[in-house]
Amino acid sequence: MSKTLFDKVWDSHVVRKIEGGPDVFFIDRHFIHEVTSPVAFLGLKSRGLKVLYPERTFATADHNTPTINQHLPVEDPLSANQLKALEDNSNEYGISHWGLGHQKNGIVHVVGPENGITFPGATIVCGDSHTSTHGAFGAIAFGIGTSEVEMVLSTQCIMQPKPKKMRINVNGQLGKGVTPKDVALYIISKLTTSGATGYFVEYAGDVFENMTMEGRMTVCNLSIEMGARGGMIAPDETTFAYLKDKPLSLKGEAWDKAVAHWKTLKTDADATFDKELTFSASDIEPMITYGTNPGMGMGISKNIPNAEAVEGGVATYKKSLDYMGYHENDQMIGKKVDYVFLGSCTNGRIEDFRAFASIVKGRKKADNVTAWLVPGSHEVEALIKEEGILDIITEAGFSLRQPGCSACLAMNDDKIPAGKYAVSTSNRNFEGRQGPGSRTLLASPLVAAAAAVTGVVTDPRDLL
Amino acid sequence: MAYDKFNILTSTAVPLPLENVDTDQIIPARFLKATKREGFGDNLFRDWRYNNDGSPKQDFILNNPIYSGKILVGGKNFGSGSSREHAAWAVYDYGFRCVVSSFFADIFRNNCLNVGVLPVQVSPEFSEQIFNAIYDDPNTQIEVNLPNQTITILSTGAKESFEINSYKKDNMLNGFDDIDYLQSMKSEIESFANGLLL
Repeated sequence: MSKTLFDKVWDSHVVRKIEGGPDVFFIDRHFIHEVTSPVAFLGLKSRGLKVLYPERTFATADHNTPTINQHLPVEDPLSANQLKALEDNSNEYGISHWGLGHQKNGIVHVVGPENGITFPGATIVCGDSHTSTHGAFGAIAFGIGTSEVEMVLSTQCIMQPKPKKMRINVNGQLGKGVTPKDVALYIISKLTTSGATGYFVEYAGDVFENMTMEGRMTVCNLSIEMGARGGMIAPDETTFAYLKDKPLSLKGEAWDKAVAHWKTLKTDADATFDKELTFSASDIEPMITYGTNPGMGMGISKNIPNAEAVEGGVATYKKSLDYMGYHENDQMIGKKVDYVFLGSCTNGRIEDFRAFASIVKGRKKADNVTAWLVPGSHEVEALIKEEGILDIITEAGFSLRQPGCSACLAMNDDKIPAGKYAVSTSNRNFEGRQGPGSRTLLASPLVAAAAAVTGVVTDPRDLL
Repeated sequence: MAYDKFNILTSTAVPLPLENVDTDQIIPARFLKATKREGFGDNLFRDWRYNNDGSPKQDFILNNPIYSGKILVGGKNFGSGSSREHAAWAVYDYGFRCVVSSFFADIFRNNCLNVGVLPVQVSPEFSEQIFNAIYDDPNTQIEVNLPNQTITILSTGAKESFEINSYKKDNMLNGFDDIDYLQSMKSEIESFANGLLL
């Protein structure tokens, strides 16, 4: 029978099918961090359970870590307590732990791939919805709750009904200044934040085939923002080239054998999907959001839609614009910007810093803008220095912070103040997401850079 | 973690007719710093419920004494965004045992089922009827019958069926969780793992 990529990976990980219920689903790789794991370990302890396969779980601290002075003790006692719990639990159960200060520390969805923990055909979970990032490698990767973290720790399985399948094709050539982030925000704006709920997405078409691994990660990362549990892209030579010789990638004969298998991981020609959508690359502009969910995005040159023109309730829409301090028909170009945030598991990789640098090079940071540039990992940080990007951004008046999730969810001190506008390369513009009362405009690193040097929302194509 | 069994719940309900209520609203990230499962109910809808100085926002539904009950009725796409189970804990700890919506986000729905909150998905029309019934009379009793998989507005008799898979239904009726089940098949899992390449 013909199968999709998703079927092939899913079906090969079902330990048991339950009549009228979910599948017992085996997990190859499990990432944990300090925020969603402590209660899972408490559960293990209270039931007297062990971790079944500690070598399949990887811990990194990222959500609440400070992004300055990481060599000093963490000031917030609650954060410090969570970091200590992660360390203690990892030590107690024999789990690899890349804590604060560790050379490999960084955002879980950045360090996993860059160390070769992620691989094609794997099933990967983490108590974090942006686990979908790892789908870029042809893995089934998705976020889980803390009860499920406990299940994976104790049995390496969770109970999941098999989602429906959707394929999203984007064909053609992306225009100048249009990045993978824009492709994702465009798709979400078309589907809304619930358009893919209940589905697992496969991205196909030449736009994704021609994309780098980092670009694919950005796209798959944002799958959850259209409601999908995850998204994936068939592994190809780009994937294998990225993974080859990563610290934890297979080596020698084992590598060759794995690649031969990974090459079979693609959707059969006559396999079918429950839903299929096709978009044209030429319709996609640099994108920006204007509301309080990631589906409220549009081409940067457009005006904010009328309530009547959008799907969903008028009251909810108006509440959203009120929160943002915007009005129907406003144009986004020229809107005031107070903060710029470059970073997160969505756009905190080296290509994102290269893109940012390409615009700020030879320009100066606008005086009215506070910019937080946060690499996704120490490895990204090292590359920023090695490639001379640090010199470029320093010359332009910016400084670099230390790795972590930072202002994406503002669990540490990196909070956007109430009422202020932040152009952010992160993934969510929910009310208060970046700090109580903060107002977020989601965009690509190019749009963020353009805002950072002009102080207002600016079309990056004018600066390229 | 153990939760109370769910059978038939008859209660008044709290209406929150907004769409796309995300888990950052249900519980903001700065309240996720606990290492124990305690006190999340106090911060349910924190930034909609309280001013910066900690005083209640009078216009928010949870601060309106007219509305109370063990059922929360939300708008479409309830629970989108972050996978934080803390959102489901907050809903449960506050005292809700059931959330009704015309559409749930996946992870939130799963998390609810794992912690003993029953997500009841109804048609948009029925959702509208419930909101209207509550606004007409805040004391309207709603019956959520898990064994029969029905939800009924008792004052009008309007009734609708809802879906839940039989495995999860059984768990909710008995207060079981998935770990009990998974533990019982450990040797099957181990032999499966032994057959894997990686």
